[in-house]
Amino acid sequence: MRAKVYVTLKPSVLDPQGKAIQHSVEQLGYGGIEDIRQGKYFEIELDESVKEEDARATAERMAREVLSNPVIEDFRVEVER
Amino acid sequence: MKFGVVIFPGSNCDHDAYHVISKHVGQPVSFVWHKETDLAGFDCVILPGGFSYGDYLRAGALARFSPVMRSVKEFAAAGGLVLGICNGFQILCEAGLLPGALMRNRGLHFVCEHVRVRVESTDTPFTNELRRGEVLSIPIAHAEGNYTCDDATLGELQAEDRIIFRYCDAEGRATDEANPNGSRDSIAGICNRARNVFGMMPHPERACEDLLGSADGRGVFHSLATTLAAA
Repeated sequence: MRAKVYVTLKPSVLDPQGKAIQHSVEQLGYGGIEDIRQGKYFEIELDESVKEEDARATAERMAREVLSNPVIEDFRVEVER
Repeated sequence: MKFGVVIFPGSNCDHDAYHVISKHVGQPVSFVWHKETDLAGFDCVILPGGFSYGDYLRAGALARFSPVMRSVKEFAAAGGLVLGICNGFQILCEAGLLPGALMRNRGLHFVCEHVRVRVESTDTPFTNELRRGEVLSIPIAHAEGNYTCDDATLGELQAEDRIIFRYCDAEGRATDEANPNGSRDSIAGICNRARNVFGMMPHPERACEDLLGSADGRGVFHSLATTLAAA
């Protein structure tokens, strides 16, 4: 089983890296871009014996305690078999 | 009085801090490896600058889980003095000993230069030998020094006189141009509510001898020495 954790900056937090990337992409000629924000992505492989709801709870706890900084970041968890 | 300088894997300003305490403060100091947990006998613990754990995940995020940090929390709760410089400040924020977070600099660059900071509060054990409004020249060297916090936290920091240093120009004006990293309210250093835990991005330990361009950082260490001598 795999838990996927997406960590993104809170909407209220400025993302200078995302802005720089957006600028570069636009320099290449890509149009119609409203915003680019950079985040982090984690893949957590879990033992087959772990139940899906436990996997989600564990991944959420890990995301809250370690993978994200709640002062500036939000996270989202997906679990797949 | 005894000082401890914590060494995390990747700390690189540990020897600078040690040098300043032994040479300029003239007090006993020893290194504390991050796996140690006994802080008995120390009066002040310094979390030095550097790149603990290679800044993996977020600056300071992994150092928070080093065994010594549990002891640092207990030490701080018991009133011990804790000084976090640069990466040490980042670790204190990640550990929840100070509020807010240090994000990537506004301009994205690693900034290594002498900056000016204004002393905003002398009501701490780390700044009581300085003068309010005094402008100090102290170097910074960081890519993640952009202090951020929510409005409620900022309001508390301001109301409780916990913003200790602000970036400023030579005349002491905290302008946007004088803010090297985009920090909210030009914050360069803050303390906790009990005023015994202090974090700052500039490096006072790198500004203690004229040969290095400035000796303005001595004020922080003299304040500490004075505080501890009086205790």
